[in-house]
Amino acid sequence: MAETPVGIPRDLIALRVARELRAGMVVNLGIGLPTQVANHLEPGVDVLFQAENGILGYGAILDEDFDPDVINAGGQPVALREGASFFDSADSFAMIRGGHVDVAVLGGLQVSARGDLANWSVPERGGGSIGGAMDLAVGARRLIVAMEHRTRDGAPRIVRECAYPLTAPACVDLIVTDLAVIEVTPGGLVLREVAPGVTAGEVQAVTEPAVEISPDLAEMQLSVNMPPAS
Amino acid sequence: MVAEVFATPDEAIADVPDGASIMFGGFVSAGTPSNLILALQRLGTRGHTAIANNIGLGDKLDELCEDFQLAHVIATFAIRASSGRGSRFEEQYRAGDVTLELVPQGTFAERIRAGGAGLGGVLTPTGLGTVVAEHKPEMEIDGERYLLERPLRADYAFLKAYRADRLGNLEYRAAGRNFNPLMATAAETVIAEVEEIVEPGEIDPERVGTPAVYVDRVVRCDPIEVRWDG
Repeated sequence: MAETPVGIPRDLIALRVARELRAGMVVNLGIGLPTQVANHLEPGVDVLFQAENGILGYGAILDEDFDPDVINAGGQPVALREGASFFDSADSFAMIRGGHVDVAVLGGLQVSARGDLANWSVPERGGGSIGGAMDLAVGARRLIVAMEHRTRDGAPRIVRECAYPLTAPACVDLIVTDLAVIEVTPGGLVLREVAPGVTAGEVQAVTEPAVEISPDLAEMQLSVNMPPAS
Repeated sequence: MVAEVFATPDEAIADVPDGASIMFGGFVSAGTPSNLILALQRLGTRGHTAIANNIGLGDKLDELCEDFQLAHVIATFAIRASSGRGSRFEEQYRAGDVTLELVPQGTFAERIRAGGAGLGGVLTPTGLGTVVAEHKPEMEIDGERYLLERPLRADYAFLKAYRADRLGNLEYRAAGRNFNPLMATAAETVIAEVEEIVEPGEIDPERVGTPAVYVDRVVRCDPIEVRWDG
């Protein structure tokens, strides 16, 4: 392989995803990398985080004072914001499937050129965990996938066709990786932003389908001296 | 019929036979009937179908695998797609000792709700175009495609609530609701472990999460902490 581009660390992927969120949005964060998005909200951007286990309006992840009944979908204890509410799982998925969640952020194993997502099963491992992912992929108004651009072995995760079992077809709107921000459009993938020091050519070299370069191609804005969201 | 109050979890579940299907409320640590699960482990019955959101996430359900008590599991979250620590369930699944049906979480909730509400199934877009849709009828309603998912019922439901009164009214706290109120409607015999049993009238009718009509047995137990550290 030629020069391997060096991408941004995972917490900066989360920070870049957080820039997509606007005040007043209802947002569901998937397990893993997406969970970190909550720590990177800009001051004044108040969003309502929905956890599919039955909380709307949770805040920071807590290290102590563990209350087993106040957790996010990853099982982590969380603080409650003023205005929070609790509900059962049928209500929770009425919110999700019924189109009441503005943005979902999910991790990904593979995303195809037309926005198919695979994120719940690796065939070699067998089994898997669907959790809320299929409902979120179908029901959220906008789906952002946050993931590493390549596998640990260097293979592209953005592929022509997903080889892994699908979460949902044609559901992804935006892909944010350590190397790039790529929008899924009806005409195909459009490269919007590159990580600092990374070129469009380097992104294309590790992306299986052809990526159209946006005329407004920009470098990711990653100011890191942001105070953590409360 | 009003509920019967039992002195110990062992007595509350003593009539569960080999091969019974059992719903278990809970989401990782929240609203999980760990005392009833451990009583089932002591009872030692086998061949059960377990219907639960998750297994193998630090939950006591995984301990039912120790003596091969589970034959089939219906769950949304069972084996992590990414590498991670394995569970006893995962070992037995790979060895072919237990079978698994993975269900999207919103579909899981609605199938149980349908089972408890006398409905013949659920039409959902979740799972279309994925392995979840295999061998299931699809229907078009007002121009949208849906998957027909069948109702879920069980012989027993094991629930966890915060408080019960002697009639069997249940009060939940925080995100301890999750699947408990749904499962309360969908099993022949419904058994709830609670932290406190009070006299009728002590739970404000506005705070009753599951009305007494659904609950057959209650037992007071000190909660057992379940924690998932990923």
